[in-house]
Amino acid sequence: MQTALQQGQARASDWLATSLSVIAQRDPLLHAFLHLADESARTAAQQWDDAARYASGPLAGVPVAIKDNLATHDMPTTCASRILEGYRSPFDATAVERLRRAGAVIVGKTNMDEFGMGSSTENSAFGPTRNPHDPDRVPGGSSGGSAAAVAAGMVPVALGSDTGGSVRQPAALCGIVGLKPSYGRVSRYGLIAYGSSLDTVGIFGRTVADVARVLGVIAGHDPRDGTSVDAPSEDYEADLDQPVVGLRIGVPREYFAEGLDPEVATLVREALAAYERQGATLVDVSLPHTPHALAVYYLVATAEASSNLARFDGVHYGQRARAGNLGELYERSRGAGFGPEVKRRIMLGTHALSSGYRDAYYQTALKARRRIQQDYLNAFAVCDVLAGPTSPTTAFRLGERLDDPLAMYLADIYTIGANLAGLPAISVPCGRSREGLPVGIQLQAPLLAEARLLRIAQIAERASLKN
Amino acid sequence: MARLDCPGVAKLARLARLDLTSAELAVLTPQLDAVVEYESRLGELDLEAVEPLAHPLDAYNHLRDDAARPSLPLSQALVNAPQQRDGLFAVPPALE
Repeated sequence: MQTALQQGQARASDWLATSLSVIAQRDPLLHAFLHLADESARTAAQQWDDAARYASGPLAGVPVAIKDNLATHDMPTTCASRILEGYRSPFDATAVERLRRAGAVIVGKTNMDEFGMGSSTENSAFGPTRNPHDPDRVPGGSSGGSAAAVAAGMVPVALGSDTGGSVRQPAALCGIVGLKPSYGRVSRYGLIAYGSSLDTVGIFGRTVADVARVLGVIAGHDPRDGTSVDAPSEDYEADLDQPVVGLRIGVPREYFAEGLDPEVATLVREALAAYERQGATLVDVSLPHTPHALAVYYLVATAEASSNLARFDGVHYGQRARAGNLGELYERSRGAGFGPEVKRRIMLGTHALSSGYRDAYYQTALKARRRIQQDYLNAFAVCDVLAGPTSPTTAFRLGERLDDPLAMYLADIYTIGANLAGLPAISVPCGRSREGLPVGIQLQAPLLAEARLLRIAQIAERASLKN
Repeated sequence: MARLDCPGVAKLARLARLDLTSAELAVLTPQLDAVVEYESRLGELDLEAVEPLAHPLDAYNHLRDDAARPSLPLSQALVNAPQQRDGLFAVPPALE
């Protein structure tokens, strides 16, 4: 099977023209993009065509879309928030810089839940993105714009960010591949911070091989990110064809408990059966703290967010409200600039860290986080990867969960564990529901085991294509 | 665990430097209360001797050589400033 990148067009400008024409056709309805960089993209594509005889790169001429929380020096970076409307970063995020160096042509910036806070892309200050498989449904979130752009064929690959599932869940709901690398594998320099101990830069593609190639480009140590891992980079794409022998797949029993849509359960179980037919052994494992992971996540993520988002105060950049003194300026700029979900999470984080509650909430969450990490270590003692559903349901309807934040948070139930423990995880399509909506299987691997994860993911991909 | 009420949420908003309308407060209060109640389920766990985990990697400080390096030029650092004066960010008075 040829991947989107392998069958790409010979000339960068032709590839870009195709990409822009699909965008012109489909984006008025889907609204995947917040900003299109047609002019600078045309210049970049032309430069690659002119240089083609003596320069090449692993992504030469590939049109790529970037989630709008990754800094780009030549286009706006808003995080889909009013408070950053008109903001232009003076520098590129490391991941963006590495893409450009490898030849990628940045087509534009994609829609998202404001600051990455949400699971449906409805929390964008600039209007929601719609699911290409059914425009009445959400694409998932928070990287819904990037997921929809790839699923609709606007670009072959895109970058997102994943703090609690924000790449894997929209990948599942849009029927594409979405990778969250290990914490620290890809530099966070230029990724606007939400939950700093959870944030990762992730990748969307239509195939595992395409995602592997992009990972090879953006991964690797970066001295500008103090949490960047100084581990040797691997050739993830070449490694894909290494044989997988004696594969043991752990199936956490907690992932098939209450709240899982029966159709999703059936399709994921069929994908597991396909692994068995390929010679893999399924191992029953337990992640006993799964029922508490969501509470841990919403304490840790909101506490970190309340601190990270203190920088948006109307003083140094972004929107400033009129005020007579500095205190009012902070309060009014933030009151007018942030949307409802961002306010909710800042307040939840402020609560978790406030005097008198810090021990009961934040410290307790950090202890439970240790237990969650230990659950994974125990499980990986008896298996190579863990497999289960990515999301408990298929894509839900726009507006369906907006009034009930807790119901929205439950969309992340299977994905947050990997962020809390820092593990690499991927969502791969494993079929469609009777209504034609995509379902994803999630695979999780030990820290820095991306090469193994991608190889095993490709097996699921091939099995699913046969059906 | 203590429940969140309107005055409690108003106090949190002041701590978080968020100007909220009374309509926003009325909507937010039951929503936040429901989430905080959900979070309280962690109280069920016995975490007596468990070491807190703040970070997924064995975090340590990466120190670089203490040598001067070029940084963002002033003009670029101020490029997004809502208001600037004499190469500084300008703000209204902090004290009346």
